[in-house]
Amino acid sequence: MAGSGTAHLRPAGDALLRVEDLTVEFPVGRNRVVHAVSGISFDIVKGETLGLVGESGCGKSTTGRALIQLPRPTAGQVTLGGSDLTGLDEESMRILRTKAQMIFQDPISSLNPRRAVGEVVAEPMHVWGPADKNAQWEMVSSMLEAVGVDPDSARYKYPHEFSGGQCQRISIARALVLEPELIICDEPVSALDVSVQAQILNLLEDLKAQYGLTMVFIAHDLAVVKNISDRVAVMYLGKMCEYSESDDLYANPAHPYTQLLLDSLPIPDPGIQLQTDVTDDGELPSPINPPSGCRFRTRCDRADDVCVQLEPTMRRVSDDHFVACHHPLVAVEEASVQISSTSLIPGGEST
Amino acid sequence: MTSDAADQPVLVVEDLRTHFLVPAGAVKAVDGVSLSLQRGKTLGVVGESGSGKTVLARTIMGLNIAGNAVTTGSVKYGGKELVGRSSKEMKQLWGTEMAMVFQDPMTSLNPVVKIGRQLVEHVRVHLGASKAEARSIGTELLHSVKIPDADERFDVYPHEMSGGMRQRVCIAMALACSPDVLFADEPTTALDVTVQHQILNLLGSQQRNHNMAMMLVTHDIGVVAGRTDEIAVMYAGKIVEKAPTSALFNEMRHPYTEALLNSIPQTTKPKHTRLSAITGRPPDLINPPSGCSFAPRCPYARPKCHEEEPQLQAAGSSGHEFACHTPVGSPAAKEAFEANISEGLPQALVIAGHGIASEDDPTVWAS
Repeated sequence: MAGSGTAHLRPAGDALLRVEDLTVEFPVGRNRVVHAVSGISFDIVKGETLGLVGESGCGKSTTGRALIQLPRPTAGQVTLGGSDLTGLDEESMRILRTKAQMIFQDPISSLNPRRAVGEVVAEPMHVWGPADKNAQWEMVSSMLEAVGVDPDSARYKYPHEFSGGQCQRISIARALVLEPELIICDEPVSALDVSVQAQILNLLEDLKAQYGLTMVFIAHDLAVVKNISDRVAVMYLGKMCEYSESDDLYANPAHPYTQLLLDSLPIPDPGIQLQTDVTDDGELPSPINPPSGCRFRTRCDRADDVCVQLEPTMRRVSDDHFVACHHPLVAVEEASVQISSTSLIPGGEST
Repeated sequence: MTSDAADQPVLVVEDLRTHFLVPAGAVKAVDGVSLSLQRGKTLGVVGESGSGKTVLARTIMGLNIAGNAVTTGSVKYGGKELVGRSSKEMKQLWGTEMAMVFQDPMTSLNPVVKIGRQLVEHVRVHLGASKAEARSIGTELLHSVKIPDADERFDVYPHEMSGGMRQRVCIAMALACSPDVLFADEPTTALDVTVQHQILNLLGSQQRNHNMAMMLVTHDIGVVAGRTDEIAVMYAGKIVEKAPTSALFNEMRHPYTEALLNSIPQTTKPKHTRLSAITGRPPDLINPPSGCSFAPRCPYARPKCHEEEPQLQAAGSSGHEFACHTPVGSPAAKEAFEANISEGLPQALVIAGHGIASEDDPTVWAS
């Protein structure tokens, strides 16, 4: 799987955000390295939502954080609106971060418990907004209103006085108050109840339309991702398996891992025959010593010698659908011979 | 058990109430629940956070040891009354007669004790097994929950295992003394979707092998759809709808059940399908609303719903019960919905696509 390659990228000028061969590694002592993200590439055009899905430990959150250079990636390029973030010094990066904001998973712990909501949301304004306090509050209050929190009653309340869903609305307001171009949502609804989850997802869609936002939406729930994303990237152990327009991904999954994820999804319909005989009892291998070749091969029933030796690269299924697999579930266009020339070097770029 | 007794419910709960006394009043976490568990069958209990589903399971097990918990009603296990028993008396039942798998496998194991010792602790107490016997039983158990290299894993600490593996250990632990009733309290909420699938399959196969009664508590109606025989939907400490699984999905009667199902994103729908979120949030359990507790969030609510509390009543098919004045699909509900739309009731407008659900008291924020 999880392969490298850039066949799925669109022409450089079209994208608001373009990520090429992003690699993030963490040293863990005794010369060992956690290969959290190993050479993934994707791009997002303005106004689009990209969903990143995968199990815990697949590197999706690390990818999201590396986009805003927290931490700086080990290798690769992240281009936002024409400037390459990886080459910027701290001060220029600080200025550019106003254009890319983040929403975190746990709404309650991502708000400072000792500061009133009015202050929490106004914090970005203290650094970047108008100097006039009243003008700041006006912007903050209109933002709180946009996310469905009553600004006047919330202003002097503390995060513990709000429910999880309300806190997530407040975090969204804080992220949007500087009117960023890109929002990175890291599992924004996983900590919420289904009913509140639906409210937040609808809210994100509305805000996206209202403010013309571009989103990276990270989640492990495929149904949630499908609902909100235009395109979806499936990740496994630091690599990208499949990249597709979202309706097509669910209708015609090409990667065995995508199929596994879809088969595991609980479907609220008792008439559907459950695949209780799915033999997968596998676990994610260690990212310190990832398997050679295709990283998914240890759990894949289609794996053979080729998968052990060669890392698959992105191949075209259709215009908006790419897969990195030697034995995909649907027909792909390019011959697999092409893979061998480039992918022996891990993380190598195909041409 | 004789063959006659096989049809008898193994556990019967009647009008169970658990109230927690706090300075502001009594939190009515479980407020009059009746149900029964059959050997070899699975009951799913579904509801949002705060609907009382976890407290229900813990009350039946006798695990509410807080001094401010007041339990009334009746829980009969094999004909014996459990409500009012002390923890010391209950201890004899835990593990051997009824067991529980908890939500968070990270915190339900002792981090400084090797898993083997935790696993066989009650095997040694209840069955009086020697250390060597306990070890072979423990290894066998780890093997039965599909933990590879069971013999080696017997001697590792919880932090050396992944979340899914730890939950398998918890399941093995719960099954160690072959209980008759297994409570699984959100057993997969903390796990990945693939691991969730593995764990649910494991629970199902163990339940069939041991012919246990199982109560599967979850907030995800998708999880219980294919894996239960019967489903009870809880709201504000009460069961609002209870039915055999297929009947519940085919002829949903309670508006809350319908709302829960509709708020889940589904992969069969095209991207950017608008979700029908439930307006408002679960009620205050100290001062629950008068009448039907779901009425303040219900698109079909009529004045009667705010005044008179609906009682569980039987619906057409066998075993289907619901508590609603304007059940889904009835002419009354259609009338109520139309009347609510014309009166501008926020939650009805949301369903009709004319407003945005908010978590505040039902208020519509202009779209």
